[in-house]
Amino acid sequence: MTDQHEATASADRALDAYWAAARDGRLLLKRCGVCGKTHYYPRAQCPFCLAGDCEWVEASGIGTLHTWSVERRAQPPYVIAFVTLSEGPTLMTNIVECDPDALAIGQRVTLVFETRDGQPVPVFRPLG
Amino acid sequence: MRNKDTACIAGIYEHPLRKAEGIPLAQLHAEVARGALADAGLSVRDVDAYFCAGDAPGLGGMSMAEYLGLNLRHVDSTETGGSSYLLHVSHAAQAIAAGKCKVALITLAGKPRTGGTQPGRPPLSGIPPEAPFESPFKPTVLNLYAMCARRHMHEYGTTSAQLAWIKVAASHHAQHNPHAMLREVVTVDDVLASPVVADPLHRLDCCVVSDGGGAVVVVAPEIARSLARPIVRVIGAGEAIKHRNGGATDLTWSAGVWSGARAFEDAGVKASDIKYVSVYDSFTITVLIQLEDLGFCRKGEGGRFVADGNLISGVGKLPFNTDGGGLCNNHPGNRGGMTKILEAVRQLRGEAHPAVQVRDCDLALAHGTGGYLATRHGSGTLILERI
Repeated sequence: MTDQHEATASADRALDAYWAAARDGRLLLKRCGVCGKTHYYPRAQCPFCLAGDCEWVEASGIGTLHTWSVERRAQPPYVIAFVTLSEGPTLMTNIVECDPDALAIGQRVTLVFETRDGQPVPVFRPLG
Repeated sequence: MRNKDTACIAGIYEHPLRKAEGIPLAQLHAEVARGALADAGLSVRDVDAYFCAGDAPGLGGMSMAEYLGLNLRHVDSTETGGSSYLLHVSHAAQAIAAGKCKVALITLAGKPRTGGTQPGRPPLSGIPPEAPFESPFKPTVLNLYAMCARRHMHEYGTTSAQLAWIKVAASHHAQHNPHAMLREVVTVDDVLASPVVADPLHRLDCCVVSDGGGAVVVVAPEIARSLARPIVRVIGAGEAIKHRNGGATDLTWSAGVWSGARAFEDAGVKASDIKYVSVYDSFTITVLIQLEDLGFCRKGEGGRFVADGNLISGVGKLPFNTDGGGLCNNHPGNRGGMTKILEAVRQLRGEAHPAVQVRDCDLALAHGTGGYLATRHGSGTLILERI
């Protein structure tokens, strides 16, 4: 998958700012200049109205755990999750630095970046 | 469309193999095509339309038309994962109604156990736009459905024991199917005692992995009347796609909410009229969410609805997947939509196993969800009537 991600990141100029911010530890979302809705994953046009003038907005990095699962057969097992950001959108991610059996839907989580296959990816850990 | 002269399903065939060592993918397609045409009493020369999805090798309809020796005036390779074949029946019925064709052949085959192409995966043109924002987190079919189950439990109090009842019902049916991969009757405790593979789903919440395939022949009504088979009409159909909607995610319902409503409106019948239901059972949670979405019970009440054997033929109120379904019988190519159609047609013809045959079964529903419940999926619903 390494080659795929690098190919995507380098081939899609609309995402240059996203990856630059990610390398900086910041998560960017897109907000539509026409309908005002915020979306993620980011793309060049709004998925709610197809307008082309979306602007980057920085996420606070605080979210709530919408749901999760533990892939038990993997070595080591890992936690995949959907996290709802305080800005609205829900994103797919991993929960790290946690006891998987102590997780609860609705609990607050906070953003950290991990580098995987040379790409910075947004993951979350329990808050407090 | 009830009481209208709509297209009919005249031929069906399910490949008896569950492991197809040494048989190439294209040949599996040919074998199920021959079986379904023989069942209908038609010849390959009668076929003027062909439908296939991402499981067909090479250039899809073009490669298969050449390999099978078809002479076509209509072709369709709609791809919605495992539900593709439900949409194909609908599209065939529409094409027949529009006068574009008279005899439509639909085939599915797959070899996840004996190699070949990546099972259940459509040919990909380039990198999906979501890939950089999903692949790094290692989504699997299993954990994507598991996350829906977890959320459904949270919102509605659904329990693992309730989900287990779905597997129990499937196993009660599979014991009568000599071709089923898992014929042993299991209990709720058996399911709960099987290892957790992706919380909250257990190993026995999952479907089988099988080679094989199936085919359907959809024909114009005047042709159906000329054949020596019971007449099964397609009286309602609906399709829909649900996706992550820019991050506005809700994991407790599927596109079946839309495809089901469209099919019922089409047919002019309601859920309580349905005598038998085939519903895609990649996992137990898939069944529960779809039954709610189709209106067999209210949203959130699926757990209570499926419990206590309510899906077992002859025991409960809504007999489902009487061939054992994907959970116990067969899930060819990791695509369960085709086998859902086949068992619904058997029930309507009175050709299901006598131990699971629903009495006076004149109205059935077949439904499937292809793709991934938690991210993007396509639903297809068919309502079928025996004349």
